[in-house]
Amino acid sequence: MQVSFKNGASVTSQRTLADLLENQQALVESLNLPEDLAGRLMELGFVPGQAVTAARSAPGGDPRVFRVDGAEVALRRETALHIHLKPESAD
Amino acid sequence: MSDCHETPAHTAATLSKSGQNRLVAIVGPPNSGKSTLFNRLTGLRQKVANFPGVTVEHRVGRAHLHGHHDVDLVDLPGIYSMRPRSEDERVTHDVLHGDMSGLRRPDAVMLVVDSTNLGRHLPLAASILSLGLPTLVLLNMADDLAERGGEVDAEKLALQLGTPVALISAAKGEGLGAVTRFLGGGIALPRPIELPVLQDVPQCRQWARQISSGAGYLTPAPSAWTRRLDGLFLHPAWGPLVFVLVVAAVFQSIFNWAQPMMEAIEEFVTWSGGWLTAQLPDTLWRSLLVEGIWSGVGAVIIFLPQILLLFLFIVILEDSGYLARAALIADRTMARIGLQGKSFIPLLSAYACAVPAIMATRTIESKRDRIATILIAPFMTCSARLPVYTLIIAAFIPEQPLLGGLFGTRAASMLGLYVLGFLAAVITARLLKSSILKSERTPFVLEMPPYRRPNLRSIGLRLWERALAFLQRAGTVILAVTVVLWCLASIPFVDGQPPPIEQSLAGTLGRAIEPLIEPLGFNWKIGIGLITSLAAREVIVGTLGTIYGMESEGEARGLQTALQQDLSFAGAVALLIFFAFAMQCMSTLAVVRRETGGWKWPIVQFVFMSAMAYVCALVTYQILS
Repeated sequence: MQVSFKNGASVTSQRTLADLLENQQALVESLNLPEDLAGRLMELGFVPGQAVTAARSAPGGDPRVFRVDGAEVALRRETALHIHLKPESAD
Repeated sequence: MSDCHETPAHTAATLSKSGQNRLVAIVGPPNSGKSTLFNRLTGLRQKVANFPGVTVEHRVGRAHLHGHHDVDLVDLPGIYSMRPRSEDERVTHDVLHGDMSGLRRPDAVMLVVDSTNLGRHLPLAASILSLGLPTLVLLNMADDLAERGGEVDAEKLALQLGTPVALISAAKGEGLGAVTRFLGGGIALPRPIELPVLQDVPQCRQWARQISSGAGYLTPAPSAWTRRLDGLFLHPAWGPLVFVLVVAAVFQSIFNWAQPMMEAIEEFVTWSGGWLTAQLPDTLWRSLLVEGIWSGVGAVIIFLPQILLLFLFIVILEDSGYLARAALIADRTMARIGLQGKSFIPLLSAYACAVPAIMATRTIESKRDRIATILIAPFMTCSARLPVYTLIIAAFIPEQPLLGGLFGTRAASMLGLYVLGFLAAVITARLLKSSILKSERTPFVLEMPPYRRPNLRSIGLRLWERALAFLQRAGTVILAVTVVLWCLASIPFVDGQPPPIEQSLAGTLGRAIEPLIEPLGFNWKIGIGLITSLAAREVIVGTLGTIYGMESEGEARGLQTALQQDLSFAGAVALLIFFAFAMQCMSTLAVVRRETGGWKWPIVQFVFMSAMAYVCALVTYQILS
């Protein structure tokens, strides 16, 4: 069972990429973003079922680099919030 | 089944096209090493070209092959798919479909992908193969793949893709035999294979995964070096500190390392000028040649070593992959002024020259962000300001060690001017983005390429290009301005003799604008320089060289000494401020017009920057004097 706490908040109904801590890994479930952006992200590797690992961030925690399918891609938190993750985490 | 019956006919058709060389396009995702391969194949036989009507720069070049016809190569902007989203992706798309005016459809394609990253790069092969052009798939960075424990069977991959595949290392020049064979030999059309639905990204990836696992692809371990370097460069405390140290070192070295070379060139110019004076009879022609052209153009070419050194640093930052990290770090700050991290990359390149920087803004998807970036780019201290800054700083700022000798006052002044330009850019961006160019926040998505050791060949080529461009400018724009200036400074004749420069036409022009610039602390000679530097910033150095050359009539007097008699300290600082903000560059205005599709933005930019330069220089002079 995965539990994701954010500033002491309770478990969210749906985990997003923004909830991943550094070096945590999870599987992408869906991209809740405009088609154009979603398409670009999919080309970069953010396709449903793909494992994503959170890596380093810029000083201050945002944007963060994500490791996906052999590549490293930087996203802002505001974008990561719309990439939903599968509930059962692989940690 | 193979298409071997069709192959000879097709090859013959390609070659018989009115004796033209075969045209082969190099395509691939960004950071796959396309340009490295292109540089390796063409060497110095390449040039930057622009498609008519679009602003995207591309390179064309010619490859000499042993025992074969020459082949023309075109290096296209990087793409992830054939669905174009930004302007440069549209160019690649149009060229490959033969829809680009000014360039015929390529006869064949070389697809370059990063072999360490097949999962993400191979899906593009589906789109490329669907074009039906003869295709060679190059799995680049094979050395990296092997080093990091990955492997792939190129022959098995070729069988599945129905087209030749080769493992190469463009940076090391390994495996290029396959490229030569493809370029020179009979080009075969790919054997038709079943392709995925191109619009369906997950399906394309699934297809690529199947094919690569069918070829025994073993994904390499992540690059340990990249992780280690990111640990340093993206460290919350060390990262910014390293950045500041690197920048400080760059400025110090621009001043110190370039000095001996610059002094040598200066000595040569002075010596050869004196030699010419001694050789030639005392005529007007000698005056034009020695005092006009030689002092004018010579005063500018002295700065070549400095400009090349600055370029060297910028090229290393670009090629090593550090720029993407800088964009990442800068994103939050850029967001605060209404732009995003991607705008930071053109702004950093603008430290070299605003023209390529403005062209680089095409990677920014949002139109308003792009225009804002274009408008602020000329505030970044470009290399053409370097001669002006160096001259004035060396003449007016005494060198004293700072921070226990780590840093000199002159390097510090220079750094201050760079910071000033950056601040002006940031404030202007803020103003623009909260008024006329207001828009919603645009998403920031940026791939972080692995760190790579910069390729010496590529660096050498870029520096060579830069040196040529600089000398070409000295030999055309600056030469022309110098000749015109010399003529204006030699008429009207008084008693059959050229007049004292103050009474010449140039002097009259300078004195006409003197009332306007006197409150800034400039006299009529600086005024002439301000007029001529509208063509390009560094022209003022050449102009002053000519004016003082004619004034002193061959009597060798350093530009610095001469300048000290014409400018007060306050006036010198005001001049620096003026050059930091003023829009004195025809090439930039032309490129802004082209990129924004009209005169509106370049005019806005010119008026705004000139007004700002005037007011700030005025305030500076009035406070200091």
